[in-house]
Amino acid sequence: MSEVNSESRPQNLVSSLGDVARRHYESKTATTQVQGVGLEARGIHAWFGDRMVIEDMSLDFWSGTVTALIGPSGCGKSTFIRTLNRMHEFIPGAAMAGQVLLNGDDIYAPGIDVTKIRLKIGMVFQKPNPFPSMTISENVLAGLKLAQLKVSNKEDLLEECLERAGLWNEVKDRLGAYGGSLSGGQQQRLCIARSLAVRPEVLLMDEPCSALDPGSTLKIEETISHLATSMTIIIVTHNMQQAARVSDYTAFLLSEGGPGKIVEFGPTGDIFSRPKDIRTENYVTGRFG
Amino acid sequence: MIQTKPIKPRKPWQASPAQRALSFAVFAGALLASYILVAVTPLKGKLAYFVVFFIIFTVLDFVFHFVSRGLLAAKDAITRAFVFLGISLAVLPIVSIIGTVIVKGVKGLHWGLFTHDMKLNSVSDPISQGGLVHALIGTGILVIVAMVISVPLGILTAIYLTEIRGRFVRPIKFLVQAMSGVPSIVAGLFILSAIVYTFTKSYSGFVGSLALSILMIPTVARTSEEVLRLIPDDLREAGTALGGTQWRTVAMVVVPAARSGLATAMILGVARIAGETAPIILLTGGGDTVNSNPFHGPMGSLPFYIWKSYAVGTPESITRAWAGIFVLLAIVLVLFVSARMLSERRSSK
Repeated sequence: MSEVNSESRPQNLVSSLGDVARRHYESKTATTQVQGVGLEARGIHAWFGDRMVIEDMSLDFWSGTVTALIGPSGCGKSTFIRTLNRMHEFIPGAAMAGQVLLNGDDIYAPGIDVTKIRLKIGMVFQKPNPFPSMTISENVLAGLKLAQLKVSNKEDLLEECLERAGLWNEVKDRLGAYGGSLSGGQQQRLCIARSLAVRPEVLLMDEPCSALDPGSTLKIEETISHLATSMTIIIVTHNMQQAARVSDYTAFLLSEGGPGKIVEFGPTGDIFSRPKDIRTENYVTGRFG
Repeated sequence: MIQTKPIKPRKPWQASPAQRALSFAVFAGALLASYILVAVTPLKGKLAYFVVFFIIFTVLDFVFHFVSRGLLAAKDAITRAFVFLGISLAVLPIVSIIGTVIVKGVKGLHWGLFTHDMKLNSVSDPISQGGLVHALIGTGILVIVAMVISVPLGILTAIYLTEIRGRFVRPIKFLVQAMSGVPSIVAGLFILSAIVYTFTKSYSGFVGSLALSILMIPTVARTSEEVLRLIPDDLREAGTALGGTQWRTVAMVVVPAARSGLATAMILGVARIAGETAPIILLTGGGDTVNSNPFHGPMGSLPFYIWKSYAVGTPESITRAWAGIFVLLAIVLVLFVSARMLSERRSSK
């Protein structure tokens, strides 16, 4: 590698990721339209004990779109996404300020039933975590039992969720097998199917592919693209190619020693091809992080 | 074409036959030397053989390794000799107990044991008469009642410690640990003064089970706590993220994921109390006939049967006691083995 090449490489990367994002945008606008704001974060701050980890984050997440949260480790991506469905409060010493509006209502308002909130705002975790004591079909329908929901036809729901998660063809002959018997990528799609069964309006995904191989990652990305036509998806990812491939909007988060903040937010194509902030450009071109 | 030989698997790190023969020679030499030494000196008895053999073997082994491989290897050999001494001293009593129980217990075994009680016989009658069915049924009832009390309480305690994690976690953990060290006679005396003298005024199987519960709860709680702690937090978060309340997540996700471990906790608890004697002697009255009502009348049990038979001291009654010990030990052994198998199945999954 010569000096000249290493100088020019980041420039190529910017344009290639921008191209990926533009292609995604063009294919998407042909099939769907944006349906209004699904979830709004208003001035979110979060603390662990006395340490403020995110400061004043405000974002609108539109229905029918995928928003990617990117940024180096420790910038508060996961903490931010966990404030959006009130999973943040499970960590001892956690505190927060700000509002999260779902269809205009604050999910932190007093008197809100937090379990109902989590039904509407589902979550897929970093590590695939199917329930080990349950079969594949029991896993998919677990949310109904946990939240004590009634459904008229479980078989239809089971097939629909596995179909939407892109897993139906692989497991339709062994729905009675245990969830743990699937491969890692299949387990993650099982977890996606499980979150779909309670019909959430928003799906939060916290680095859903970081524990998976490239083939499984591709399948999950296809799944995300299908799902995005009908719901709001927010995905945390370390993989910038992934953000460019699946997302419509991208937020770049950064913690410069202190709490994490949003540096730049915009259409994914803009973030990757003509970022406004020099820090964003340095990150998406791989100069740091 | 070049003729290639198929490659055979080898283990180059293992001792060669010559080395093994030498090690065996050292062992045999030590054995012979200790035999001669005990024969010609005033040292007498099994213990003398053991001590002399250990000393001679250690010295010979040290010299052998020093000559063949140097000081470091010799030090290694001497440490190994002491470790073996330690293990044999620790295992010897257990092997000896099991051996004695088998040798003495089988003499008293016959089918009648499992079909007759001692209603018409005294413990000094010939061993072929009478049996311990009343004791078996009694122990079974005592254990089942204690289980019904202790398993839910123990598991709930464990759930408090691992799931609810309230502000009393530390004191309760301390209490549970302290409780697992309570001498069984203290549990018996406590129930005697707090329940029998104050309320029931009579012996029964039930008060015995209460005392056994005091001993069983800490075992169940501590084992269950360890098992529940092994369940990853991912599963709890996944349950709550699907709209489950904490209670439903624990009941539907966490406990089912830990079920074989919880079964192991239960079995270990039963094995802990099945042979408890002191509270049984104080509280159950120990009848000689089958009594299947835990709330009324004295109730026989295996430990009581053993204690009573042994105390009489005739050859027949002592044989009876050993047969009882054999049956009790067999039950506890079966329980431990099944707990082991359950937990191995869990770890292999």
